[in-house]
Amino acid sequence: MKYASFLPYLLVMALVTYAVRAIPLVLVKKKIQNTFVLSFLHYMPYAVLSVMTVPAVFSATGSVISAAVGVAVALILAFFKRSLLLVAASASAAVLLCELVLQYCF
Amino acid sequence: MSSKSAFLKGIKAGLPICFGYLSVAFAFGIFALSSGLDSLQALLISMTNVTSAGQLAAVPIMVGGGTLFELAASQFVINLRYSLMSVSLSQKFDKSFRLIDKLLVAFVVTDEVFAVAASQKGEVGKHFMYGLILTPYVGWSAGTILGAVAGNVLPAIVISALGIAIYAMFIAIVVPVAREDKKTLICVVIAIALSLAFHFVPLLNRVPGGFVVIICAVAASALAAWLFPIKSEKEDTVA
Repeated sequence: MKYASFLPYLLVMALVTYAVRAIPLVLVKKKIQNTFVLSFLHYMPYAVLSVMTVPAVFSATGSVISAAVGVAVALILAFFKRSLLLVAASASAAVLLCELVLQYCF
Repeated sequence: MSSKSAFLKGIKAGLPICFGYLSVAFAFGIFALSSGLDSLQALLISMTNVTSAGQLAAVPIMVGGGTLFELAASQFVINLRYSLMSVSLSQKFDKSFRLIDKLLVAFVVTDEVFAVAASQKGEVGKHFMYGLILTPYVGWSAGTILGAVAGNVLPAIVISALGIAIYAMFIAIVVPVAREDKKTLICVVIAIALSLAFHFVPLLNRVPGGFVVIICAVAASALAAWLFPIKSEKEDTVA
């Protein structure tokens, strides 16, 4: 892609993305007292991550089956509070194994 | 805690995110090149945006000759959740943060950085945050260039397996909290139910992905906040 057309895209994209992050961080200065708002902010990250994961995770790999195996491994390890890295690496390894089995045994 | 040990604590907390990002950015690098960008362009996008979903949506608009407004609107909608996270973080940062610190840290407010910062007990200081965002930023940039340069060498099956890494990380963040706290678990279940509805129910499934994340997350969090308000900030180490 030519840089003459790429650079305006890059600039607009970076500005919008930065603005949505920076403006609230800089403008909200007081400690929020409102119970509803505080509770809302407490729950929000877990809701965001859940929405982004389900159902998208089931189409993130080569097949629904391997994704389901990866999710199962991740759920079990996360339930026992293993580190983010161990959970991610184990889930990837499980997906790889599962796809190798699917590829060569069926 | 000294500033150095706080910084190192941040680095340690950020490393798993860094490795997760390496794999996700790697996939983005491959995607960008196959779409018609060059490696430098892929790297520039990653270094100036640091947003997986936003970048994935932006590339087709760029190479397809979409308008600047379309690009701006898509990024605004997909990344609006960062605004919510920034509001939440503004409550979490301690007094060591000056304006310049906030402006710098704001650059790398991502889902994972936010989740790790939010799960710390009590307030967080600027040295911890600088440590926390450093390696994810490096990982995101390095992963992009590695994917752009070496992506065609890796077998497809390995790339496919890496596709689950970021989601596994999300699971590792949510499940331990939902296991301990029934209210968060209910919120998560509501969010997942809404997300599935927007994926499978006719008409609802035509809503663009960026909007779905906002609608479902806001609805589930608002419902949970209404049903199970958290009384005091001191009792709650996450808010």
